[in-house]
Amino acid sequence: MMCPREPISRRQFLWGALKAGVLAFCGAALYPILRYLTPPRGSEASVSSTVAGKVGELAANSAKIFRFGNRPGLLVNTPDGQLKAFSAVCTHLNCTVQYGAENSVIWCACHNGKFDLNGQVISGPPPRPLEAYQVNIRGEDIVVSKAS
Amino acid sequence: MSSKRLRDFLCARYELGALKAMVSHKTVPHHRHSFWYYWGGVTLLLIGIQIASGVLLLLYYRPSAQEAFASVRFIMTKVQFGWLVRSVHAWAANLAIFSAMVHLASVFFLKAYRPPRELTWVTGVCLLFLLMGFGFTGYLLPWNTLAFFATKVGTEIAGIVPGVGPVMQVFLRGGSDVGDVTLTRFFWLHIMILPLGLMGLMGLHVLMVQLQGMSQPLSVREERTIPFFPNFFLRDLVAWAMVLGVVLSVSVYWPATLGEQADPFGPTPAGIEPEWYFLWMFQTLKLFPGHILGIEGELIAVGLTGVAGLALMLVPWWDRPAREGKSHWLVTVAGIIGLAYVIGMTGYAVWIGRHP
Ligand code: HEM
Ligand code: FES
Repeated sequence: MMCPREPISRRQFLWGALKAGVLAFCGAALYPILRYLTPPRGSEASVSSTVAGKVGELAANSAKIFRFGNRPGLLVNTPDGQLKAFSAVCTHLNCTVQYGAENSVIWCACHNGKFDLNGQVISGPPPRPLEAYQVNIRGEDIVVSKAS
Repeated sequence: MSSKRLRDFLCARYELGALKAMVSHKTVPHHRHSFWYYWGGVTLLLIGIQIASGVLLLLYYRPSAQEAFASVRFIMTKVQFGWLVRSVHAWAANLAIFSAMVHLASVFFLKAYRPPRELTWVTGVCLLFLLMGFGFTGYLLPWNTLAFFATKVGTEIAGIVPGVGPVMQVFLRGGSDVGDVTLTRFFWLHIMILPLGLMGLMGLHVLMVQLQGMSQPLSVREERTIPFFPNFFLRDLVAWAMVLGVVLSVSVYWPATLGEQADPFGPTPAGIEPEWYFLWMFQTLKLFPGHILGIEGELIAVGLTGVAGLALMLVPWWDRPAREGKSHWLVTVAGIIGLAYVIGMTGYAVWIGRHP
């Protein structure tokens, strides 16, 4: 296809080539730097189940925080003796929730978010329920796993 | 070498006359608002104090989750005058941000941002943001409970920003959670990247002020000036002496506290707060409901804060009357409302913190 174009002068061509060269150089220099600044994946092992505690360790109407990979989880023994587990990471802004035994709610101290014993939001700013985990008893161990 | 011989030696080799002429010709307007001219210089002094005390802290501070808390405790309890160096660094950081805010507000109300000084204003706003970045990253360095959870919340808020938010969050945290790698990154930002940016921006800002001189406020008729050297310079020194006195007094009477070492697997205690200059944003965020018209409340709050920041940066362009040398009451009122909002929200947040 032939387009009727002004012929470019040698000066314009060289100037354009220089600009493209400088741009390419900047790109070539920046790309590895940007990649370098991005933390490598895989340094955080993703865990799908863990032993959260021993059977009988928790009295009714109490809870404990356990490690789930590198995030905290909350294991609750409800007032009627049911074991439940949730992610302890508040869905609002990432604070770690705790169990309030007086009124049997899961409480986030950061902005006063409250969740019921199914992880549903009762009040406060959290937009979503807490992620719930499956609880299984294996011998002495309370095993918590991500719902798959 | 006597000072005269040193001077002769230098003058024979370098063109120092131009520098001398520049200093002796520089004048500063003298009028009833002159008080506000000291705040830029005060900010400069406080940043100098930050650099000096920060460099000293580096000698004993260790940037890792295992050692950071213990190393700061070591500075506070074992190192001679360590408590003073750390307290000065913590106090002067807050005072630097305060004086930068006062400086910014006075420039706003005197409308000194009007042409040809638009870029001086823009670099000034960037400097304030940079100082807040110093505060945000420095806050985490002692690795105590308060700082740990405040950083979790702060970086979570950064993640809400549409588009760049999630990328920025991973960049700041060095992963998906706040942990050891986050401390490494915050340390890197705090003592390397931000200081480099600070030097560059501060150099530009001061250079532009030198090239253009001080503006005459619109509301001031008489054009009285005083020489910068030695008249204004000596007044500057008096202000600096007073500020140094304040920094040392507050550091001695209210030394910086340390709190408890962060436990990433402990519950978040009540009373997690950012530093006071972020409180107004934090309080705004708290007051927003979970959802507004189906959009997450935080998204709206973060969006509004971003718009406010941009509006602040672009004042010299949207204040059209000032471009023509006229003062419009609406701009002043907008400034007063903005200032009242920030002060009011900060006060409210402090009050709520005391009476939960
Ligand atoms: C305007 C500039 C700066 C601001 C606003 C600032 C702010 C802060 C803050 C708020 C802390 C935590 C204080 C505490 O609770 O202990 C801190 C800690 C620290 N800063 Fe800075 N800083 C600035 C400049 C610097 C510079 C230039 C350096 C060094 C080159 C530095 C080195 C450090 C170190 C090593 C710590 C950790 C020790 C500690 O927490 O006591 N800072 N900074
Ligand atoms: S982080 Fe839990 S309520 Fe805000």
